[in-house]
Amino acid sequence: MDRRQVLQGLGGAMALTVPPLGRGARAAEAPLVAGLPSGTYEIATLEPLQGKRPLIKLTTRPPNYETQASYFTSAITPNEAFFVRYHLSTIPRVDAANWKLDIGGEGAATPYMLSFNELQTNFEQVEIAAVCQCSGNRRGLSDPHVPGVQWGPGAMGNAVWRGPRLKDVLARAGLKRDVVEIVVDGADGAPLTATPDFVKSIPLSKALDENTIIAHRMNGEALPHYNGFPARLIVPGWTATYWMKHLTSIRAATKPYDGFWMRGAYRIPNNMFPVVQRFLSQETEVNTPITEMVVNSLIAAPAEGQRFQRGQVIDVQGVAWDGGYGIARVDVSADGGATWRPATLGPDGGRFAFRTWSHRFAGDSRGNRRIMAKATNRIGQSQVDTLIFNPAGYHNNVSRPTTIVIA
Amino acid sequence: MRQSCVLAAIFMTVAAGVAAQEKPIPLKDAPGRAMTENLCSGCHSLDYIRINAPFMNRQIWTAEVNKMIQAFGAPIQMNDANAIVDYLTVNYGPPQ
Repeated sequence: MDRRQVLQGLGGAMALTVPPLGRGARAAEAPLVAGLPSGTYEIATLEPLQGKRPLIKLTTRPPNYETQASYFTSAITPNEAFFVRYHLSTIPRVDAANWKLDIGGEGAATPYMLSFNELQTNFEQVEIAAVCQCSGNRRGLSDPHVPGVQWGPGAMGNAVWRGPRLKDVLARAGLKRDVVEIVVDGADGAPLTATPDFVKSIPLSKALDENTIIAHRMNGEALPHYNGFPARLIVPGWTATYWMKHLTSIRAATKPYDGFWMRGAYRIPNNMFPVVQRFLSQETEVNTPITEMVVNSLIAAPAEGQRFQRGQVIDVQGVAWDGGYGIARVDVSADGGATWRPATLGPDGGRFAFRTWSHRFAGDSRGNRRIMAKATNRIGQSQVDTLIFNPAGYHNNVSRPTTIVIA
Repeated sequence: MRQSCVLAAIFMTVAAGVAAQEKPIPLKDAPGRAMTENLCSGCHSLDYIRINAPFMNRQIWTAEVNKMIQAFGAPIQMNDANAIVDYLTVNYGPPQ
């Protein structure tokens, strides 16, 4: 890298990268869960990023903001409350009128470009509800702590996504027989040209899955800027690292993509988690890319520390989700895990969506009560009781208690 | 060394430009603070340091600074990197 590159890169950074705060923005104390590093409590605040309701700000540049747990009493997460996660801090505002999606690569016989209008009109448009969850969701609760964005439980959301299937878009590019991966890139970049651009790949089989789409609508609206306007990849069941925002190119690759964000990041030790869909062309002797989400649940209400009168009915609510097998049951404990009762499941929004659940019980004795939830999916996987530690703090699906006070 | 100074100056300018728009994130006033602020804030806000405290010991801070240089291309010379690791370990590492 030379000075000129540094200057060019940094010039771009200055013009583009500072996330403007929404109107009337004021820092407020963030509702953080227990168990995060103490430094996180000192610096995290509740702030409205532009176009967003107040979110829990962990870092400003690049912006990493999580959704408050209270939103997860609903299956659909509002766009304005949807979490924000970036790796690199040069984030251009994309003009849809001038946006082009480049479909090609060495494995494509007939590469072509799509305009935003063509993306919406040249292919069948489909809708799917799917959970978008950061791989590092709950990293801040790792014990011991591990470096990275110290997410609590809110680096996730569920939305109804609309757009063409990736397989239809790829078919028009004439995929050759030797394609192994589909490589995706977005408009965001780094201040320094020496920094690896955020580029990801998915196996061809996942790219051709009928549920993998290019979304230009989210819950019936255009995608918010901070969630990938004008279009992002939707890879239902898999963690959000593959859900490329501000899509600019889709390339058919005939050999495994070897960029930093595939080879040097987003990896889990082999055989540590009960994963069905693996990414075999990227697997090494020791580790493998994170792929599908593990079964998990969240208690959205009551809030940690909430107070109730003795005899009052306590309405426990939350969501459960997994890697696309579907939620079979959620069990709730009102006594710290000693006894469990089945929760009532809400409407089925599809196997990739949040499944709401609820359970009521009478708070008949005074004192602290530890409420826990444990989800089980349709292939028999359940949340774990003790953390499966891994160096990046991924796949934390420990049943985590919410303590309430009955007075 | 000369190149390091030039780069540091560029970063300082950028950090100042960004800081003007971004809420300042104060770091502890101790030897190495200015260098840490200047060389780290060119690419990311300084809350990255504070949310990751105080569980990172010297070994983990060293790995993190090396990652910024080797994987992300941060233009930081060896002497400066050592000074940054010292500052982070003393001020944002586990209590001694």
